[in-house]
Amino acid sequence: MARRQTPEINAGSMADIAFLLLIFFLVTTTMDVDTGISRKLPPPLTGDEEPPDINERNIFTVLVNSRDRLLVEKKPGDITTLRAKAKEFLKNPQRRDDLSESTMKSIPPLGNVMVSKGVISLKNDRGTSYKMYIAVQNELTAAIDELRDELAMEKFSKKYGELINEDQIDAIQKAIPIAISEAEPEDIGDN
Amino acid sequence: MARFKREKKSGVQAINTSSLPDIIFMLLFFFMVTTVMREVTLIVKITPPEATEVEKLAKKSLVSYIYIGEPKRSAAYGSKPRIQLNDQFARIDDIPAFVASERQSRDEADRRFITTSLKVDQNIRMGIVTDVKQELRKSGAFKINYSTRKVGKINFGKLY
Repeated sequence: MARRQTPEINAGSMADIAFLLLIFFLVTTTMDVDTGISRKLPPPLTGDEEPPDINERNIFTVLVNSRDRLLVEKKPGDITTLRAKAKEFLKNPQRRDDLSESTMKSIPPLGNVMVSKGVISLKNDRGTSYKMYIAVQNELTAAIDELRDELAMEKFSKKYGELINEDQIDAIQKAIPIAISEAEPEDIGDN
Repeated sequence: MARFKREKKSGVQAINTSSLPDIIFMLLFFFMVTTVMREVTLIVKITPPEATEVEKLAKKSLVSYIYIGEPKRSAAYGSKPRIQLNDQFARIDDIPAFVASERQSRDEADRRFITTSLKVDQNIRMGIVTDVKQELRKSGAFKINYSTRKVGKINFGKLY
């Protein structure tokens, strides 16, 4: 059969076309994954709540004023030592009576563990800078994360972040909850 | 008396470039798959604060964003921090309606997993953020996420 010869398509410009598309996607792409510190807000007040009955020693107060200065446990504090202080408060390794109490609880995969009753109470002023607020939140989260890491290391010889088993993650979260409570907003002193 | 040596004909052959388009296409597909088009145009300036203990926001489709920062066009809108919802400036009172509409647009089963991401500039004051948080509490959007930049170590010296 006589076949008409089709001329070969010149593919030389294919690379150029592909380049053009590539550059378009390169420019429009945003690679950044959204990261952040997750928190859960408490439900709004109805007005008839009783103040919770928490022993004074179980509250770790952190105040941030409008000049970004800290008051930690009624003493002027510093952001660089906040993490260690919060950790010590929650763990209370020497069983001091001015730091948090803990109770023995049995949490299935972990067995009996000491669960701290400590709550971190955070209060900020309307004039506090967001940067400082996040830094404080970050340090408090870091304290909890480090405690979780330690516990996970001890029980499962893995860091908390490396755990895959849901039960194990749940157990660690129960043993060391994120006990950060934010005060109802009101203006606190200027200085 | 520099004289050009007559170039010897080398034995090296021209590199075959016929697979170049394939390589480029591979890159292209990679970017096509990973790309996320921006859905809003920012009209406020936002530099997120630094943090080390960050979590990734999973399920982008279940995240609604609230932006707070100084307007980009400060000549027209001033330098007071403003809230941006979707593509426009908003007031604090607009937040309940925003939360409701974000909820409406998701599947009923997914509604309780909606996270509100607060993208806030690091230099603004907490007052406006507190107000937004109070509104979110009232509207029942309890899961929030403070958007931050992940760094290895926070430079505390810059905080004061």
